[in-house]
Amino acid sequence: MSDLASSAPDVVPERKHGGAASVVVDRVTKVFNQGRSDEVVALSDVDLTVGAGEFVSLIGPSGCGKSTLLRLIADLIEPTTGTVTVAGKPAAQSRRDQEYGIAFQQAGLFEWRTVRRNVELPLELRGLAKAERRARAEQMLELVGLADFAGHYPGQLSGGMQQRVAIARALAVQPPLLLMDEPFGALDEMTRERLQSELLGICAATGAGTVFVTHSISEAVFLSDRVVVMSARPGRITASIEVDLPSRDEAGRQAPVYFEKITEVRQALRS
Amino acid sequence: MRRALSVIAGLIAAALLWEGYKAAGDPEGTVLFGVRVLPRADDLSMPHLWTILTRLADPEMTGGRPVWIVVLDACLFTLGITAAGFLAGTVIGLVLAAAMQRFRIVERGLLPYVILSQTVPLVALAPLIAGWGGTLMPPWATVAVIAAYLAFFPVAVGMLRGLQSPSAAGAELMRSYAAGWWRTLVKLRFPSALPYLFPALRLAGAAAVVGAVVGEISTGTRGGIGRLIIEYSREATSDPAKVYTAMLGAALLGLLIAGLVSLLELPLMRHRRHVEVVTL
Repeated sequence: MSDLASSAPDVVPERKHGGAASVVVDRVTKVFNQGRSDEVVALSDVDLTVGAGEFVSLIGPSGCGKSTLLRLIADLIEPTTGTVTVAGKPAAQSRRDQEYGIAFQQAGLFEWRTVRRNVELPLELRGLAKAERRARAEQMLELVGLADFAGHYPGQLSGGMQQRVAIARALAVQPPLLLMDEPFGALDEMTRERLQSELLGICAATGAGTVFVTHSISEAVFLSDRVVVMSARPGRITASIEVDLPSRDEAGRQAPVYFEKITEVRQALRS
Repeated sequence: MRRALSVIAGLIAAALLWEGYKAAGDPEGTVLFGVRVLPRADDLSMPHLWTILTRLADPEMTGGRPVWIVVLDACLFTLGITAAGFLAGTVIGLVLAAAMQRFRIVERGLLPYVILSQTVPLVALAPLIAGWGGTLMPPWATVAVIAAYLAFFPVAVGMLRGLQSPSAAGAELMRSYAAGWWRTLVKLRFPSALPYLFPALRLAGAAAVVGAVVGEISTGTRGGIGRLIIEYSREATSDPAKVYTAMLGAALLGLLIAGLVSLLELPLMRHRRHVEVVTL
């Protein structure tokens, strides 16, 4: 863990899973509106470890707390009990050090900024010099295939393109961890599959670990090294299914093991 | 070009309405059940437009300066007061909005008083503020205070709404970047609020003009267009066109302030308009 903590945040360390854990969620419980009549136990005694460079999907019915878990890892909310460790540090410290990039279901681009300046935003807040920001943003846009649209405004782009800009923005600080909350949820199936493949390529290229919240079983199986199945009321983890596809491309989508894993996840969701 | 044409068309329509009513309306006004529902259309109440325009060119009093120069002078004097009041009101409005956005408790505690402030009759307030003239501040500044008092309100309310307009996801994103309140304000909340700010500034501009004109009258400040309207209206029976020249000046002042706001808006809001969507 110490090598993670000491590595410069803007340098992507070369590592694959099996190395130090990038996320450790230790017996976390989250209660909203504690002590009031509308008290809700969103998460109950959750343990989760995500290895460096590992791709983990969180799947479960609405209200199972998967988004809550992601927000806890991002330190957007604080756990009621238990601890969250990201990149070897407490989650709050990791947030301040920008150890993760985050993307939501809505691209949430700033409409008054060009595509490039949207990607530059996290770099600006980090205090990078203008030339460096620009170079880095253009590199990220290249990665998501939008280099030609750097000067466009978000309103000029389709939903899928906006989501790619949001991913480029999440990657801009070259974080060791990507947090994604149903990033493709609002897209059509075709765009969705194309972006899935692109995301896998990006994760392979940057070596970033990923926590990916989704509703879609096939999406979870196709993308993940591990699918974590959650159940609702109270939200907890009920199964953790390792997925090892022969390849993650069209052939992978046809492989028998792909369908077996889909069935396995579905059964885990039902039980 | 189209804009200029529509402005001219608007002026012509207004002129036609005036002269049309003058031609068709009852010179004694239309009275229904003892209430005059339509104004008198005689030359004393509604002089012809050309009478007003020629009055502008004539001297104010025999041997004096032409009326248009006097009106323009008064407009410039009031413009200075209006601008000062408008700027001060805008700054106060922005600061109040930011404070109310920042602290829930300030919003809950302050917003009712912000709204209450506008229900206090100006005539009750003016003498108090006029009393500050000469001691706390120069007399013209008291008028600016009244203008600011009216102008801050739309800015505070509109801007608060604008600062609260970003989605929760936007605020979460800024939090994920470890951006504090100030940087979230500068990078997210303020730009998001611009579409709310400009309509508020237009209202504030109009309010500042009204505040300056009424303020001049109620504090008895000399030299401005408000004072001129009062002076000229005393001569309304003998020289009805004269008071309209002053009103024309006041209207011009309002347009000028609205124009200035638009000038500010144009470059800042250029990319907010709907544009053709590229798909890839």
